[in-house]
This record gives sequence, structure tokens and C-alpha cells, in this order.
Amino acid sequence: MDDVVVAGGGREPRTLEPPRAVRPGASPPAYDDDVVRLFFGASVLWGVVGMLVGVTIALQLAWWPANLGLPYTTFGRLRPLHTNAVIFAFTGNICFTGIYYSLQRLLKVPMWSRTLSRLHFWGWQAVIVAAAVTLPLGLTQSKEYAELIWPIDVLIAVVWVVFAVNFFGTIATRKVKHLYVAIWFYMSFVITIPILHIVNSLAVPATLTRSYPVFAGLTDALVQWWYGHNAVGFFLTTPLLGLMYYFLPRAAERPVYSYRLSIVHFWALIFLYIWAGPHHLLYSALPDWAQTLGMVFSLMLLAPSWGGMINGLMTLRGAWDRLRTDAILKFMVVAVSFYGMSTFEGPMMSIRAVNALSHYTNWVIGHVHSGALGWVGMISFAMLYWLAPRLWNTSIARPGWMTTHFWMATIGIVLYTVSMWAAGLTEGLMWRAVDDAGQLKYPNFVEIVHQLDPFYWLRFVGGTLYLLGAVLMLVNFILTIRAAKSRAALAAAPAAA
Amino acid sequence: MSNETTGGRREHWHRRVLEGRLGLFAILTTVVVSVGGLAEIVPMFSAKLGPEPLRGVTPYTPLEIAGRDIYIREGCYVCHSQMVRPMRSELLRYGEWSRAGEYAYDHPFLLGSRRIGPDLQRVGGKYPDAWHYEHLRDPRSTSPGSIMPKYGWLLERTIDPADVQASLRALAKVGVPYSEADIAGAPAQLARQGDSIVRNLAAMGIRTSRDREIVAVIAYLQRLGRDGKATLAAQRERDVAAVATSPTSAPAVEGGRR
Repeated sequence: MDDVVVAGGGREPRTLEPPRAVRPGASPPAYDDDVVRLFFGASVLWGVVGMLVGVTIALQLAWWPANLGLPYTTFGRLRPLHTNAVIFAFTGNICFTGIYYSLQRLLKVPMWSRTLSRLHFWGWQAVIVAAAVTLPLGLTQSKEYAELIWPIDVLIAVVWVVFAVNFFGTIATRKVKHLYVAIWFYMSFVITIPILHIVNSLAVPATLTRSYPVFAGLTDALVQWWYGHNAVGFFLTTPLLGLMYYFLPRAAERPVYSYRLSIVHFWALIFLYIWAGPHHLLYSALPDWAQTLGMVFSLMLLAPSWGGMINGLMTLRGAWDRLRTDAILKFMVVAVSFYGMSTFEGPMMSIRAVNALSHYTNWVIGHVHSGALGWVGMISFAMLYWLAPRLWNTSIARPGWMTTHFWMATIGIVLYTVSMWAAGLTEGLMWRAVDDAGQLKYPNFVEIVHQLDPFYWLRFVGGTLYLLGAVLMLVNFILTIRAAKSRAALAAAPAAA
Repeated sequence: MSNETTGGRREHWHRRVLEGRLGLFAILTTVVVSVGGLAEIVPMFSAKLGPEPLRGVTPYTPLEIAGRDIYIREGCYVCHSQMVRPMRSELLRYGEWSRAGEYAYDHPFLLGSRRIGPDLQRVGGKYPDAWHYEHLRDPRSTSPGSIMPKYGWLLERTIDPADVQASLRALAKVGVPYSEADIAGAPAQLARQGDSIVRNLAAMGIRTSRDREIVAVIAYLQRLGRDGKATLAAQRERDVAAVATSPTSAPAVEGGRR
């Protein structure tokens, strides 16, 4: 890779890549960074929107009048909007940002087609806007993270084909023979997501906005959780691991710790992940053999997950001192640590005896958010902060704010996960509590609900802190880009005079 | 980057064999990610493991389908599960644990994943129609302290029989045994079932008309878990006795068996 490796933080503008406007087509090739900048902007914007919806529904659980008495703003309609926004709008755009940036540099070729890149960008944003309109209207298929109605499903499939053609076209025209480990992870993302999406979305339309899945009952449930669990695996994990394998060594200025570990990490992870879906249906009427398979493979999944965590953390060997000063590395270390924590917690919750307590409770919400806020969010912030100076050929406007953001996010996550663990244990134990006479100790469900009030408020505070951190990042980027543009205008002015 | 990762001088087999070959790598990845899904999902289609209806379970009526569609639209499943686990505390709180055959006509399934509110699998017949009417209008009128939003618009909005027929037609295509006659007769059946709920409500002093969404939702909620209850009731004493010997976990009866 030819671009200069520079750790973030400095205020002096530096030339990081050959200025393409001056030397078009010069070597190294003119990468298409316009599309990267577009995805970058979309990530930050949708991230803030998605988190704002999350904070809103968190408030609704603490204080029900926040449902506002409108059909469009009830918890039941906004919760899917939140999950779709943070998964497909925020994380999706993050993955595309990182992939479009790193793929070109790893392969030393520009994207195969500028047109397809743009079709991909605008097509994906169209999906997001369609989701933001239809979900509050109550147009939904009800399957978690696959709620979008069938015409949007078709659009997603088409946009994905556009992306895949561009992705594989770029690899096919590469100037570097060997595919770096990040690209393996990207490839598993590009290949697996359409398989999951298409199979889980198989449905017969009744109207333009309503359809019924071809699968029924427990089969439908199994297909859904095969999809749902692997949406976590192949949308929220593998592409971001690819980003970790690219951006972590760049930010740390160290090669990846172990090449062999990355091979084992990759193949074991993608093989085992697929099996683990039924752990979402433990103690359900799903056949026992399927439940047991889900549990056993979930437990095995711990090994490759931690292999990846070790590979990431050990890449920082010899660079640990920089953690004190480098905000980007701080984000990355916390991200990888949360990846390790939530991939330990997940298998543990897949054990039947633990699941008997954790299922249906806020513990699951806490678990998901330690992965989402801790792993996905933090690695995304790190990548964005690393990319911004390089994409706009400048330095971060307010470097100190990055550290502030880091602490807001970290404290926010801790408040969030701890409160949800406590809430989950509380409700799980109260639901099952039986007195000496063999009767339910808390037969009134509402009584249990209100035991959770303090935890819901605490979660609201944690989530708000995390959101405000993201807003701080957004403002920082606006200042950064504005400064870069005015400097560019200033540099151009004397030449014009 | 290339030199950073190899480490030694001799090329690793993975690098030699796979990393230069895009097609092979992509095919291998596809195979590896497909194995688990195929192994778990395909057997579900075999006759013995598939979603055969439990004896006594019949397809939803047109009004219940309309209600189910509203249940989906409002995201009720986001806060309410429809799956009672085979555990003592759940049997006490909700009733019979859920059997696979009860969901045979559920397109889509609505098991849910979170209990912000209680499970609804056995809510059918638990309360009178008027309770549901009042509860949906203002949850705190029947359940003091509830954090559920009010669903007042269900009292105003109406269902369209042609729309319900479109649903039935699509459901027939995915395998629910609705005949052409069932679909043609849906408007009349909607009216019949709607009228009976309206009469129940009128007896409690609530005036509404049969085409209101609330009537459809009540029909659906009252239907939940009632089918096959006779079959399950016969098994019940035996099951409870078995589960009671192992207090909270490890059900003595297997989830998928009937």
C-alpha cells in the first residue's frame, strides 16, 4: 500500500495521497474516493438518526406518554425503525465506506465501475428512505431485521447485485495477486447477505404493501433466526472484522499479529456462525435436535471469535503506549474488547440453563448493545476518525473532541449494558419466582414491569450520552470538512487573481 | 501488505492455493456458509418434523386474519411473545406450553423475542371481549400501571372486506387450506363473526360496528391458543406432574413433540 501511514491527531494538513486533480491517472491509480466520501457522510448522518430513534424508544419504556398518542410513533412501530436504521443505514454505510476505501488500495485499482458505485450508493439510500417512511406507517413483514415490505426487499436484492458485480469486478481487475485477509471477510459479507435475505424474504404478495412468507410456524421461525442471527454474523461482524484487519494495522502502524490465526479465524467463524441461529428458539416448540445444534455451535463459536479478538489486540503489541495519546486507538481497543466480551456472553446465553433465565428479558437487549455500541459503534467511529483527514486532505478540526467522544461513548455503553443486565436479571427472576405454596410470587406482570423503571431511566441516560458523543463527532466532521474546503478555496484564489 | 502477513519465506498453502484465486475462494466461501443452514432447515420440511397442524387446529377465520394483520401492523409482537416455554412458572402464569402444531397456519410466525408485556399465546378466552376493547382503548383502564400505548385509532379505522380477501388468496397460495368458496364467502363470514363480537360488546354497554379494526383485533386475540386446547387439556395433568419434578429448567417433555 502506497498511501502514507499517519496516526490521527495532528493539526497540520498533510498530503496523504497523490492529488488526483493534478495528476489524473497517474500511478498509483486514481482511486474513486468520491463514493467513499458519500458513504462516509451517509454513515454519520444515519448513525445519529438511528441512535436518536433508539433513545426515543428507550424513553418510551421509561415513560409511556412518549409514545405521543400517534399511530406512527408507538414503540411497536419505532423499534423496527431503530433496528433497521442502525443495522442497515448506519452499519451498512459504514461497511461500504470502509470497503470502497480499502478495497481499491489493497488491490491497487480503482473500483471497477464508477456508475455501479453510484447506483449502489443511491440505491442503498433509497432503501433507507423507503424504510424510514414505511415502518412508521405500519407497513411491515414483522420478521426482525427483515421487516421491510416486499417491494423494498426486491430493491435491496437489486442493489446488492449491483454492489456484488462492482466488488467482484474490482477484484477481477486487481493489480495485486493475493487477496488480503480483510477482503476474505468482505467477500463473506457480499456472498452471504443475499443468500440470507432472499431465502428469508420468500413470500407471496397479497397487495403492494403486504405479503405472507412461504414458510409457516416453527419452520418460518427457524428460517427467520437463521437469517437474524447471521445478519448479526455477516452484517454486523464479518465486514467489520474485515475493517478491523485493514484499519487497525494502519492506525497502529503494525502488521497483523498472526497470519495463521487470521486463516483459522475466518474459516471457522463463517462455518460455525451459520449453525447458531436456533439459540434464539431455545425451549420453543422447535425440535430438540435443532435447539441442541444451535446451542453447541454457539459454544464453539467462542473459539474463532476470541481468535479474532486476540489477533486484533495483539496487533497492538509494541504500540500500547500510544493508547494514552491516540484517540483512534482507544476506540479500536475498546471495540475489540467489547467484541470479545459480547462473543463470550453470546455463547454463554446459548446454554439452555442460562437461556431459560435470559430469554425474553432485557439481558438480551444489553447483550446486543454491548456488541452494537461497543464493537460496531466504536470500530466505526475509529475508522471514521482515521478516514476523515485522509478523505478531505486535512486534519481533524477538534482533535481533543475525539477523546471527549471516546469517554462519552464508553461511559454510555457501561451505563447501558449494566442497567440492562440488572433489568434482565430482575425481570427474569421475578417471572419465575414461586412461593412455598407453589404459586407465583409476582402474579401481576405490571408489578414486575415497574421494578425496571430505574434501569430504564439509567439506560436512557447511557444511550443519550452515546448519542451526544456521536453528535459531537458529526459537528467535528462538519468543522473539519468546512475548514478543508475553505483552505482549498484560499489556495485556489491567488491562482485565479 | 503482502509481505507483512506471510511471515516466513515458504508460502503458506492457504496463500498459494486460495488467495490468488478469486473464483475458488468465492465458491468455497459459499459452500462453507451454506452447510449449516442446509443441515438445519431442510429437515424441517420432512413430514415428521414439519409444521403439521395439531389436531383441532384450524386456519384463522377472515376476521381473525384481518386482526392478525393489524397485530402485525402495530408491532404487537415487538413487546408480546406468543410462545409459552415448558417451565413451571410459565405454566402457572400463562397456561399450556406451546406445541409446534399450533403454529401450522402462522404465516408469518409471531413467537416474538421479548416480553415487555406478558405472553399472549394463551390469552384467548381469558378475558371478555369488552376487556380487550377497553384495554386497547386505554391499557391503564384495565391494567393499572401498564406502560402500553393507547390504540384509540383501532376504534375508528375500518377494515375492507376486499383487502381481507386478497390476504386469504395469498395465504391460500402459501398452503393455508382456504377454498375458493371460503374466499368468496369471506365478506359474509366477516359480518357474522363481527356481529357476534359487537353483540358481546353491546351487552357490556359498548357501542361499535362490526367493520371496526378493534373488532378484528379482538377476534384474533380471543382466538389465540384456544385451538387444540381440548387436545392439550387431556395431556396437561401428565405434563405438569412431569415438569414439577424439575423446578425451573430442564423440561421433562420435549419441545417439538406432540
